[in-house]
Amino acid sequence: MKKRSLVSINDFSKEESIRILDRAMEFEKNPTQKILENFVVATLFFEPSTRTRLSFESAVNRLGGKVIGFTDSASSSVQKGESLKDTIKTVCNYSDLIVMRHPREGSARFASEVASVPIINAGDGANQHPTQCLLDLYSIRKTQGHLDNLHVAFVGDLKYGRTVHSLVIALCNFNTTFHLVSPQELKLPSSVKMHIKEKQLNYHQYTDLSEAVPHADIIYMTRIQKERFSDPIEYEKVKNSYVLSSKMLVTARENMKVLHPLPRVNEISEDVDDMPQAYYFEQALNGVYVRQALLASILGV
Amino acid sequence: MNKDQRKELKVSAIENGTVIDHIPAHNLFQVVRILNLEKYESQILIGMNLDSQKYGQKGILKLSNKFFKSDEINKIALVAPTATMIVIRDFQIVEKRNVEIPDEVVKIVKCFNPNCITNHEKIITRFNVIDKADLRLQCHYCEKITAKDNVTFL
Repeated sequence: MKKRSLVSINDFSKEESIRILDRAMEFEKNPTQKILENFVVATLFFEPSTRTRLSFESAVNRLGGKVIGFTDSASSSVQKGESLKDTIKTVCNYSDLIVMRHPREGSARFASEVASVPIINAGDGANQHPTQCLLDLYSIRKTQGHLDNLHVAFVGDLKYGRTVHSLVIALCNFNTTFHLVSPQELKLPSSVKMHIKEKQLNYHQYTDLSEAVPHADIIYMTRIQKERFSDPIEYEKVKNSYVLSSKMLVTARENMKVLHPLPRVNEISEDVDDMPQAYYFEQALNGVYVRQALLASILGV
Repeated sequence: MNKDQRKELKVSAIENGTVIDHIPAHNLFQVVRILNLEKYESQILIGMNLDSQKYGQKGILKLSNKFFKSDEINKIALVAPTATMIVIRDFQIVEKRNVEIPDEVVKIVKCFNPNCITNHEKIITRFNVIDKADLRLQCHYCEKITAKDNVTFL
């Protein structure tokens, strides 16, 4: 994967993804390695994203590389009307790899086509966020010991959540059984369900979270976003439908872990934080190791 | 083709070139646009709302001295799947075939997703045709699917 861009989780085969996870394990054991001392990584964040940006910058710094870039489009030449193509072609002159977050869908694919250095997509609108997907896979494997034959429950906004879509597609390679918990309005799109059907895997749909809890090895919580509802009354009806509390974990399997791409608002009660099932903050830390593995693999060191 | 037969045609015959027949009448000018014929300098004969035994009414284009590559002509299958392409040399039909929806659609369709980067920057649109029977186009950039009813031509 040396010099290759990562735009979509579909760009990496199952085997390539596993190689990244294996390498991330090595970085977890030994996170500070000065192997990127001769490299400059540009982080171009056309919209703010604190966790993803800091996680990438932490990964570069721990590997001894240099970081340049901007944290929102207001502090870039986009303000002056510069096209994305021109920004990318210019920054290619200053860096060995570009990490890009952009509000428009498809921007990362386009950037990868005009760039002379590899692009890592750090989120393009509601489309893809492949590094989140890899760190989710890493977290699942780390907590369960493997990725095969697991029962994974996805909860909340399954319609618009890009992390859900990517992770469902990635887990289709591992004989996963899916438990899909959402309001009627926010069910998993049929285009994503198609991947599950193509692999002849099973999925179960629920509107009640407590029904899914006992079946799951992983509960992947997501936020229900108010702005997705055309009718505010409909949002009010469902906004607190999926609040995971410590009481609900009584029926959970012993090995079950709760994941969340963060930020959370109120979908996981704080009383879950100290439970052994809570794993979302460690999940965020895993992002650094996975991004170290990606940067090193793509830069060929 | 003898002289008497040619006189019976509502749109004159051409000596050399391409005839695109059986175009749905209401899509005729979309076909003109897709093939970028506004800038073509040789003779073009356009027939609209002609009688068709198969379809009731049809459009027809006769392009003198113009010969298309398959991928060019197949673009029109998106708006005129019933069209047939006829190659004429010295007033004789030398090839006749139906158009086929191509595997990839470049430049002529707008992405249905308002947040797609192609709708905000100067980028040539590209789609993979994932369903030819029901016409579903997947954007190469944003990966969203534009269905038949949402196809808008640039």
